[in-house]
Amino acid sequence: MKKYTDTGKKDTRSGFGDGLTELGRKNPNVVALCADLVGSLKMQDFIDENPERFFQVGIAEANMIGIAAGLTIGGKIPFAGTFANFATGRVYDQIRQSVAYSGKNVKICASHSGVTLGEDGATHQILEDIGLMKMLPGMTVINTCDYNQTKAATIAIAEHDGPVYLRFGRPKVANFTPEDQKFEIGKAVKLYGGNDVTIIATGHLVWEALQAAEKLSEKGISAEVINIHTIKPLDEEAIIKSVKKTGCVVTAEEHNFLGGLGESVARTLAENNPAPQEFVATQDTFGESGTPEQLMDKYGLNAEAIIKATEKVLSRK
Amino acid sequence: MSDIQELKDFATQVRRDILRQVHKVNSGHPGGSLGCTEFFTALYKEVMHHNTNFDMDGKNEDLFFLSNGHISPVFYSVLARTGYFPVDELNTFRLINSRLQGHPTTHEGLPGIRVASGSLGQGMSVAIGAAEAKKLNKDNHLVFSLHGDGELQEGQNWEAIMYAAAKKIDNLISTVDLNGQQIDGSTDTVLPMGNLKKKFEAFGWDVLEIEDGNDMEQVLKGLKEAKTHTGKGKPVCILMTTVMGNGVDFMMHTHAWHGKAPNDEQLEKALSQNPETLGDY
Repeated sequence: MKKYTDTGKKDTRSGFGDGLTELGRKNPNVVALCADLVGSLKMQDFIDENPERFFQVGIAEANMIGIAAGLTIGGKIPFAGTFANFATGRVYDQIRQSVAYSGKNVKICASHSGVTLGEDGATHQILEDIGLMKMLPGMTVINTCDYNQTKAATIAIAEHDGPVYLRFGRPKVANFTPEDQKFEIGKAVKLYGGNDVTIIATGHLVWEALQAAEKLSEKGISAEVINIHTIKPLDEEAIIKSVKKTGCVVTAEEHNFLGGLGESVARTLAENNPAPQEFVATQDTFGESGTPEQLMDKYGLNAEAIIKATEKVLSRK
Repeated sequence: MSDIQELKDFATQVRRDILRQVHKVNSGHPGGSLGCTEFFTALYKEVMHHNTNFDMDGKNEDLFFLSNGHISPVFYSVLARTGYFPVDELNTFRLINSRLQGHPTTHEGLPGIRVASGSLGQGMSVAIGAAEAKKLNKDNHLVFSLHGDGELQEGQNWEAIMYAAAKKIDNLISTVDLNGQQIDGSTDTVLPMGNLKKKFEAFGWDVLEIEDGNDMEQVLKGLKEAKTHTGKGKPVCILMTTVMGNGVDFMMHTHAWHGKAPNDEQLEKALSQNPETLGDY
């Protein structure tokens, strides 16, 4: 099988920052807001080039979401950035009423999602945000897997008219998707074809799924690997087609198994093509301090966990 | 320019609309609506430069945001009677499949509404965003907003108040309806907010007062004066004292009619105090 190459570890948040900078150059309506986390969100280049189009709101996320909603009235396309925890749970009602229910073209850009935020610990590691955001009617939910995909997604969502939740992370991770790959909202990306099991992964778990598939191949197990970057709207057709062929599925995400990608896949399959499924995800728990790698290991969010889940789901076929 | 009597007649008809809307569905919020009738009338009839040919972006016109969305009956009546949608549609207030939801929303496409409100404390932030967009667009028109006094207990307001002064949002006029009442009683018994004038001033706002927000002349004068304070580097606040339930003697000076509709007999009495001027819908 063809192997994917890591072209050099990079953080997905830099993909966001670089995408935003590019957008700033080509779309005069794009504006950006931040709640005292410019460095963490890699927004400085955009700010340097477009100081009049940047709004520093201070540590006041609720106000930031409201201002972003207001900026759309007048034709602006606001990208509001902060940590995932403060971009969702902290301001859920503001997003619900002023953005989602009001149908405002606001892009909520959330860095440092999941346990890979690392040493800061559970107060800052949200594992519930995909669930919170996907439950909002009309909200598009995207969780990107590497630098290139995050940059492409950042540029693509400016063209989409409607609220978007864009989720990315802090650590430097493998960068392996093609630099020129077009980002299509709602479109699954098949990374490996296979016949025995479908592995559906999002975010940082996509690289892990690729590593798992390569090891499984050595054991004679043929795994189809699908990258779902858009959790809502979900590419149900791609999921159903693959699982019809393989007969079982493993989902993998850096998120609680309640409310995440796995549940969306399970609902799709329950309605269309019921099949055994295993969930690689956190098990209704908070995170804790540690290095990203230690945490991914402790919470069962790596290639090894995907291999175990695959062996289990194969035994249930 | 309408004369004062014309505006007062308009306000009287709006009061009838408020009462009839809430009575029909036995729900809604007449108290704050009646208290803000002069404000809405002056704003939409005289003060704002606005197009009734509704466009969400609202470029090259003044904009208004209602933060305390529960007083939707007065908003709907004034929007309808200034040409945003047919006056007959007031008949559908709070009914199933209506564009006139309990609290205002853009979701059903009602002309005149630019953001949903009802969950309190969010409107000033949105108004600030719209004001920032106007500055970016080099659009010299103004943004107005209205807030309840009890609503200021929501912390997001104070984030917005701090931001607006710091960032010199001087194309914004935010009015606070000081009726001193909220659901559980007077604001002074629920959570006293101290001296709001001093608070806004301490945050860096230019603060004006309208002593009697139910006197059309005073409201008109206050709003027009506020416009002359814009463009000077500070956001403008109007503290407007009103009487909740104004115009209906048995609804005044109490929080009892915050969210309660009159029965048939009460409606008749209330309407008799507000004779038809422009024709009922």
